[in-house]
Amino acid sequence: MRLDVILRIITKIMLPFMVMFGLYVHFHGEYSPGGGFQGGVIIAAAVVFHALVFGLAPTQKIVPPWLAEVMIPLGVAIYAGVGFLTIMLGDNYLGYNPMHPVKPYYGQERGVIWIEVGVLTTVTGAMIAIFYAFAGRGRKPDA
Amino acid sequence: MEAIINLVLLTLLALITVGIVYARNLFGVVILFAIYSFLIASVMMVLDAPDVAMTEASVGAGISTVLMLGALYLTKTHEAVPKSYPIAPLVVALAVFAMLVFGTYDLPPFGTVDQPINQHVGPVYLERTPPDMKFPNVVTAVLASYRGFDTLGEVTVVFTAGIGILLLLRRRRKTDKPGESES
Repeated sequence: MRLDVILRIITKIMLPFMVMFGLYVHFHGEYSPGGGFQGGVIIAAAVVFHALVFGLAPTQKIVPPWLAEVMIPLGVAIYAGVGFLTIMLGDNYLGYNPMHPVKPYYGQERGVIWIEVGVLTTVTGAMIAIFYAFAGRGRKPDA
Repeated sequence: MEAIINLVLLTLLALITVGIVYARNLFGVVILFAIYSFLIASVMMVLDAPDVAMTEASVGAGISTVLMLGALYLTKTHEAVPKSYPIAPLVVALAVFAMLVFGTYDLPPFGTVDQPINQHVGPVYLERTPPDMKFPNVVTAVLASYRGFDTLGEVTVVFTAGIGILLLLRRRRKTDKPGESES
């Protein structure tokens, strides 16, 4: 464990950029390839990367397992909630036009961003939780 | 040029597949799977589908490789040599392969404009996205807005899959604990 100094330093340098790239892929999804799903997977990959280099326990201090598990239903709730919000604003379920008071196409953009936040939350949470579930199981001596 | 790139990528894919079938060291197999996913992602790029390529590269080559390595950590890393080589699966596989190849003869050439797949809703989305959304990525527009219900279903599938896997793995660990304390 002492010999991987370079690995640890490089990981520390790269992690913020990985998370940033994931967020970029999400928030820039209307202009470039990508969206909530891809962004969520990239952010989850950054967490997994941290766990691979530093071990599971330090990572679970940053992203505790309960947080990952809460994120899974939270994302679906955000997505479905946007639908109910648009109903309250006077349009159909998931009809984003009234989300901007004047210009419907900005409403569309806002709606897309928000439902993609839901997708990102669910995907990130699910990936991290599944990884924790796998990594948390110790190897049995005779397995 | 595109044909040559495709030819090279698909040849490599075939070679990797043969390698996966023959390799006995499962670590090697996992790495070969990752290479396979990267090659598929490259094929998707050549087909002008960067969204799909991105998903394939991050999920197929990234996350699933880590998960398979995690699974390997819990099991043996060497595939056992089978005791016998039954002939029936080979026959079934060859028959399906032959049927699929036969089926491709009825498909229109790739990218034909006057086929239903390029005539039905595709042009409508391409036409309506700029005035409706004012952003250029039609894939996002279709996924998140025009087909918002489908994507909600998709997220629910991810939710269900995540919860299901957690329930399975959790339960196993809990039943293991008393067994370990007894021994």
